Amino acid sequence: MWQAFRNAHHAEGFELITVGMDTAGVEACRPFIEAASPEHPSLIDTHHRVAEQFGVINIPNAVWIDEDGVIVRPAEAAPAPPSMRDGDRQSSLGDMGEMPERVMAIMGEAMKIESDPEAYEAALVDWITNGADSEFALSPEQAIERSRPRDDSTSRGAAHFELAAHLELAGEHEAAIGHFRQAHELVPDNFSYKRQAWSLEPGPEGPLNRFWQGPTEGAEADWPYAGDWLADVKEMGAANYYPAFQP
Amino acid sequence: MISNTAQVQRSVFEQRTGWALKPEGACKGDVCIPLASPPEGDTVDLASLTEQMGLALVHDADHGLWAVGPEALGGRALATAEAPNLTLPTVEGDIFELHSLRGSKVLMVAWSPY
Repeated sequence: MWQAFRNAHHAEGFELITVGMDTAGVEACRPFIEAASPEHPSLIDTHHRVAEQFGVINIPNAVWIDEDGVIVRPAEAAPAPPSMRDGDRQSSLGDMGEMPERVMAIMGEAMKIESDPEAYEAALVDWITNGADSEFALSPEQAIERSRPRDDSTSRGAAHFELAAHLELAGEHEAAIGHFRQAHELVPDNFSYKRQAWSLEPGPEGPLNRFWQGPTEGAEADWPYAGDWLADVKEMGAANYYPAFQP
Repeated sequence: MISNTAQVQRSVFEQRTGWALKPEGACKGDVCIPLASPPEGDTVDLASLTEQMGLALVHDADHGLWAVGPEALGGRALATAEAPNLTLPTVEGDIFELHSLRGSKVLMVAWSPY
């Protein structure tokens, strides 16, 4: 969908870059990227640099950067453009025939998540067309002000997350878990930090593996994290999963 | 940034954190943080510099690693609206720098395969 949008607007001086935030890296991201046949840069972010540098805390999130390299909208929820939705979207979960109870519950919560793809796409097109004159292009002061709140705990949490990713990639999974847990405690509103850690724990075999993000049946005591996708989303309320788009 | 030593090359620190170490202090965009004890020479002491800049420094002694956290100036993720020169590998394995897209309006979309 983003690829189609990019092609529709590329001649107007618009470029898209996608950033795959996954400690599992290139091999995990590749199938999804190749399915899109992108003509734009597709980056791999194993250590969540975009959280550290731009304040991304969930996905999908997007940042608008103008021709001079100035951020005109900081990281915010960015639903895919509905006008480019293709009819036969491939399900990444494969055969939907027999779904475990947890997956049904996850899908139930996911359906309650709210976003406004039409508003976001309209704002984006307005900026592509009108540039700095667009009401949606923020001043530098506004862009800074609207970026994620951050304090010493956020900084410390980001350092722990980076260590977690580094250790995970070095094959030190248990050590990585310790640092992921610290990151979760220090930066509780960074949902990507949580989902990343959860996704690296063993789930059922097959395409559901990375999406399980919680304890497996019969092995609940082995789950090393304070929360999981289902528990956390129920607690926050699925309607609060993404902040509303603020023009 | 991650380091396996408590001192790092000045250029490595600058490239990785995006902060330029100048006579007037550590600078990024329009923002400069004055440094009471600026680093001298080619290496910087992470403990001293991060403390002066208000950056978190986490030491994992078991693995001999240090990690420097990002700045928290002004209580916001962005200290400046100037986009950092995000530098990451592409899916093809090339190194890509965000600044290479100057001249275009850019939408950077973060996603995950999970």
